[in-house]
Amino acid sequence: MADIDKKQEMNGRRRFLVAATSIAGGIAGAAVATPFVLSMMPSERAKAAGAPVEVDISKIEPGMLLLVEWRGKVVWVLDRTPEMLANLKKLDSQVADPKSEKPQQPPYCKNDTRSIKPAILVVEGVCTHLGCSPVYRKDIAPADLGADWLGGFFCPCHGSKFDLAGRVYKSVPAPTNLVVPAHMYLSDTQLLIGSDKESA
Amino acid sequence: MGKRLESMMEWIDARFPLTSTWKAHLSEYYAPKNFNFWYYFGSLAMLVLVNQLLTGIFLTMNYKPDASMAFASVEYIMRDVDFGWLIRYMHSTGASMFFVVVYLHMFRGMMYGSYRKPRELLWLIGMGIFFVLMMLAFTGYILPWGQMSYWGAQVIISMVGAIPVIGQTLSNWILGDFMLSDAALNRFFAYHVVTLPVLLVTLVFVHIIALHEVGSNNPDGIEIKANKDPITHIPVDGIPFHPYYSVKDIVGVVGFLIVFCGIIFFMPEMGGYFLEYNNFIPANTLQTPDHIAPVWYFTPYYSMLRAVTVNFLWVDAKIWGIVLMGGSVAIFALLPWLDRSPVKSIRYKGPYFKIALTLFVISVFVLGWLGTKSPTPLYTLLAQIFTVIYFAFFVLMPWYSKIDKTKPEPKRVTG
Repeated sequence: MADIDKKQEMNGRRRFLVAATSIAGGIAGAAVATPFVLSMMPSERAKAAGAPVEVDISKIEPGMLLLVEWRGKVVWVLDRTPEMLANLKKLDSQVADPKSEKPQQPPYCKNDTRSIKPAILVVEGVCTHLGCSPVYRKDIAPADLGADWLGGFFCPCHGSKFDLAGRVYKSVPAPTNLVVPAHMYLSDTQLLIGSDKESA
Repeated sequence: MGKRLESMMEWIDARFPLTSTWKAHLSEYYAPKNFNFWYYFGSLAMLVLVNQLLTGIFLTMNYKPDASMAFASVEYIMRDVDFGWLIRYMHSTGASMFFVVVYLHMFRGMMYGSYRKPRELLWLIGMGIFFVLMMLAFTGYILPWGQMSYWGAQVIISMVGAIPVIGQTLSNWILGDFMLSDAALNRFFAYHVVTLPVLLVTLVFVHIIALHEVGSNNPDGIEIKANKDPITHIPVDGIPFHPYYSVKDIVGVVGFLIVFCGIIFFMPEMGGYFLEYNNFIPANTLQTPDHIAPVWYFTPYYSMLRAVTVNFLWVDAKIWGIVLMGGSVAIFALLPWLDRSPVKSIRYKGPYFKIALTLFVISVFVLGWLGTKSPTPLYTLLAQIFTVIYFAFFVLMPWYSKIDKTKPEPKRVTG
């Protein structure tokens, strides 16, 4: 009789206690792991280091590319010549998202030139494929990029191509147009990158 | 004197299984007597592992895992630390040679069917080692904080960011920042010198335990345990690992060290393949070098990553590239279940398998070469073709290995 009792105990009470202890132990383990996992998230110092930057664009010349660092990323400021702007239209059939339908830019840059002022392009110089920085290739029809190249950005890592509005070509690894960051003009020559509100 | 030693061994054996461990894994571990050249690479991988652990410890004594100091500290090791150049070149050459011997070790397994039953788990543990090794190579390459360190890491981390929904948070968690920065360098150093080496050594230990449980395969792909001496119960085609194979492996070590030292002393950069020239330029977060390519051992996978250029099934080409790249490594793990051939070794397999394996090796080399080149339309097309061949080797294996004309396996191992 005693043996049968023991067996029943194993099946009932003891099994419950073993399961309950295991679950409690598992919860305690997860609780202990939490601070370690969270310690790996960006620190308060890293979060604080994202302030907007002011850029003086008075010295920029047509066709010239200005590199600006914002949040550790490169932001390009490009003053496009009238010829460059005219060429954008010709590329509408070759780029994947000619009308900038995908939300890769603030609403005020969802236009043909992807910019506030038609000539001045402000765009993150970070390839939307895997984060390399594409090379500015304004030369028309160079040997390595083909006869119909009208100037643009070429990513050396995986061969993605973008036009001079940061619009991605069809059939390249990058899926979307280059990102236009929030920006605004404080004056004619003073550009603020990283914010589009007076208060910020 | 002999008696004193004997009583000391007795004292130890009563407290720790020293003699029995020695016997079980060395002096009375019976390995097939027909091992050939291809069986050097397991022990050579262990040699390189020891080299990496030892040289790595000495490098940490002078290296600084700080984005503003890392590059200079590596140059300090190279120029001002006595023999620092030697220790660093041993470590950097060791990294490439690790992949050389591991790839040859894996190829040996593919030729002789070493992944087949009962060695499936052994093969999977090996895949785990391969994965940790790749993580070690990746984290290690970031440490000098040169241009290739930075942009190579940037590309790999961006892949994490591409994961739908959780990608961006996950990438922030991995980097400890919103972009690749000092925080990431600091923690990758921790992974490279503590977490991953401990994991690697543990997995190697488990790999050997699993190997000694099932016993080694051999170039004939037949089980020597199936034919044991009725009295001693020792496989008739087995010889004790020590001294027969311990001595054979020393010959392999000598040959290996000749090559290894030749590289260290005469061409440590290996023409830009072991140490890339762009990595002698400090990391510049604003400018990607005009030509970026991973170190040679990652180039085949890198080729496949950028081979996908069309969107498919509503999923971006970018995601497919990443899936393909991950799949090209992970698919090795399925080999034990893809191979349906009645024989294990290439010696008795038919022409289909031999052609398939040859095409596979060619595609690995071509993809590897393409991965070092800048992408052009022609190269991208070539990469696409050879990516298909690479995967066909695995995907079609259940079919061609089954209908292949095999030869009968011998009862005993041959020469």
